Amino acid sequence: MTDLSHAFAAAADTPLLQVKNLTKRYGARMGCADISFDVYQGEVLGIVGESGSGKSTLLSCLAGHMRPDQGEVFFQTAQGARDTVQMGEAERRRLARTDWAYVHQNPRDGLRMGVSAGGNVGERLMAIGARHYGDIRASAIDWLGRVEIDAGRIDERPSAFSGGMQQRLQIARNLVTAPRLVFMDEPTGGLDVSVQARLLDLLRGLVREMGLSAIIVTHDLAVVRLLADRLMVMKDGHVVERGLTDQVLDDPQHEYTQLLVSSVLQV
Amino acid sequence: MTDQAYNFAYLDEDTKRMIRRAILKGVAIPGYQVPFASREMPMPYGWGTGGVQVTAACLTPDDVLKVIDQGADDTTNAVSIRKFFVATAGIAVTEATDKATIIQTRHRIPEAALTAGQIMVYQVPIPEPLRFLEPREVETRKMHELEEYGLMHVKLYEDIAKHGQIATSYAYPVRVEGRYVMDPSPIPKFDNPKLSGNAALQLFGAGREQRIYAIPPFTHVVSLDFDDHPFSPSKANHSCDLCASDTSYLDEVITDDQGGRMFVCSDTDYCATRRAAGHIGALGGQTITEKAAE
Amino acid sequence: MITIENLCKSFTLHNQNGAVIPVMAGANLAVARGECVGLIGASGAGKSTLMRMVWGNYLAASGSIWVGDLDVVTASPRQIIALRRSTLGYVSQFLRVVPRVPTLDVVAEPLLFLGVPADIARARAADLLARLNIPQRLWELSPTTFSGGEQQRVNIARGFAHPFPALLLDEPTASLDAANREVVLTLIQEAKARGAAILGIFHDEAARDRVCDRLIDVRAFTPKAAA
Repeated sequence: MTDLSHAFAAAADTPLLQVKNLTKRYGARMGCADISFDVYQGEVLGIVGESGSGKSTLLSCLAGHMRPDQGEVFFQTAQGARDTVQMGEAERRRLARTDWAYVHQNPRDGLRMGVSAGGNVGERLMAIGARHYGDIRASAIDWLGRVEIDAGRIDERPSAFSGGMQQRLQIARNLVTAPRLVFMDEPTGGLDVSVQARLLDLLRGLVREMGLSAIIVTHDLAVVRLLADRLMVMKDGHVVERGLTDQVLDDPQHEYTQLLVSSVLQV
Repeated sequence: MTDQAYNFAYLDEDTKRMIRRAILKGVAIPGYQVPFASREMPMPYGWGTGGVQVTAACLTPDDVLKVIDQGADDTTNAVSIRKFFVATAGIAVTEATDKATIIQTRHRIPEAALTAGQIMVYQVPIPEPLRFLEPREVETRKMHELEEYGLMHVKLYEDIAKHGQIATSYAYPVRVEGRYVMDPSPIPKFDNPKLSGNAALQLFGAGREQRIYAIPPFTHVVSLDFDDHPFSPSKANHSCDLCASDTSYLDEVITDDQGGRMFVCSDTDYCATRRAAGHIGALGGQTITEKAAE
Repeated sequence: MITIENLCKSFTLHNQNGAVIPVMAGANLAVARGECVGLIGASGAGKSTLMRMVWGNYLAASGSIWVGDLDVVTASPRQIIALRRSTLGYVSQFLRVVPRVPTLDVVAEPLLFLGVPADIARARAADLLARLNIPQRLWELSPTTFSGGEQQRVNIARGFAHPFPALLLDEPTASLDAANREVVLTLIQEAKARGAAILGIFHDEAARDRVCDRLIDVRAFTPKAAA
């Protein structure tokens, strides 16, 4: 028992991602302001807030889609912690297709709609140098199975899939190279409630099995309660509260969080 | 029309200089697509306006020009481009590969080996090999810059998934000198091996897309493939019915409504040269019209 | 194993004109290994609040809560997550799970998080579900569709799947029939016998008398002159 708890403490002594004083402005308007936090291996961080709170801006800056005005984003690479804001674009994009994954809210933004499901899953493998068709296809079949898509549909295009299947395909396409950090922007948004549940279960299992770290941006408090270990609440570009997910939701300290939590219908 | 109606080879000198600069840059960065200010030419896009501009910029009064279309010297496109340069530059023309100093081509590389000092000019419809899967120009340029070429293999993967083999049979993508992935223009993949280590300077012009790129002599060019689906330059499993060559690229010619057909070299000069040297194919040197008349 | 010292708690309701409601002051208690301590006191006296503070989903204003060698009051979220995975178990009154996940996996999940191989975890889960009389035909269904009593038993099975050194039990025998109540009490006694420190709320007096070594009345921790 004690051995186990020590193992957990040791495995995650160095943060995988360290964000320091990240700021992004849109002219006079504040995107996100002076944000600092750590994410450790195997940890899921939820970021909640309403539209315009800066949570999507923050995610874009972390994933390298947008350049912050100030601040540092240290990612633990094989060569030690590297500031992804300062590194060259070539290196950042290499991280983006190996160690990182990005799951878009709309699967159409994250999939190649004109390419078969197998090609979509195989792309990241080919991007990092896989050159054996049989192996690539075997990986694709394996991953379709893991996200509960019938292997018989490997040669169909995503446009023939339902919204939930498209989202699962996007996840398979992202996780096939075993990334260490997954950025998710409203991953369950736009899906039916029953489809959401299946996706949540899938994500939980993958996070656990692969030891993934994830940053999930959402406005859905039920989603973060089930997925996130820790939570940050954003308002007007600032983090107004942070902590253990159930602590923030059950005993919110900040005025805004109390309003947010009390505004949700209890089911 | 007077002699002064056109500058030599139609284009004005400033334009030719601009194109030559683009060509020199292309030669310096093999396989890299150099943007250039493509001019309106007195022919429609798709008729080889890019190739014509490159040829015009390379021509000197002493050059001997050969123009081929699908391997043949006598098709409409080849004939009109040849006439165009005779009219605007007054240069000599030929159908013999070994006599030409500049060869403008659409869809083929001659069978006869090219030699040092020769220039091949390819007409290119779509220069961007990544365009098939990535429609954003900004993104494809970034992909070239960062050598992110996984997408090219996605295209080949899709081929195998759909057809059981790489079905791309022309415009088959290549990697030039281990760096840029390049569209070799719509030549059959049978011709791809000739791109590599060729003694001639190979220039590619895309008029509508305003791009010029180049393969300098003796550049290493590799056709993309998978370990378990290696590149293979295929041709019809047949020999030429006219000249008996079993190594040249063949056209299949339908000769009647009863399913009659014959295979003939697509390179007309190569075929004629062989027949003149006494090689006789299965149809005994009959011409297509004679065969049809039977 | 669990030591609470001088613990205080108040709620600040920003959306009700910033009203501050003190709910606990100077709470002290200790639970040793192999011991079960029951919290008593009228409804609203703070039993659940105290339990939640130990679990870490309620923040303390001051004081300390030691679980093993970790002070939950000052611990970082990461430390609390590690504590919950390996050291501190919690059987709440409410089942909160991802819909559509099979009952067997819901019960096995705490073990999977600890890296126990899936087949062993599922065997352990099956064993507990069988003991708690959940019919096998329900194991592949999601517990969200179960009756209140069944959900309660799934919750108990999940809480007992891993032999936690410390356990929090919130009304574990409520809404159970006599046979299942007996099973749960046996599970608690087994946990005590292997050395678990247990802090619980039991409204069922007979159950309380059977498993609790001591009772603590939380009214002693109610802030004085609060009203």
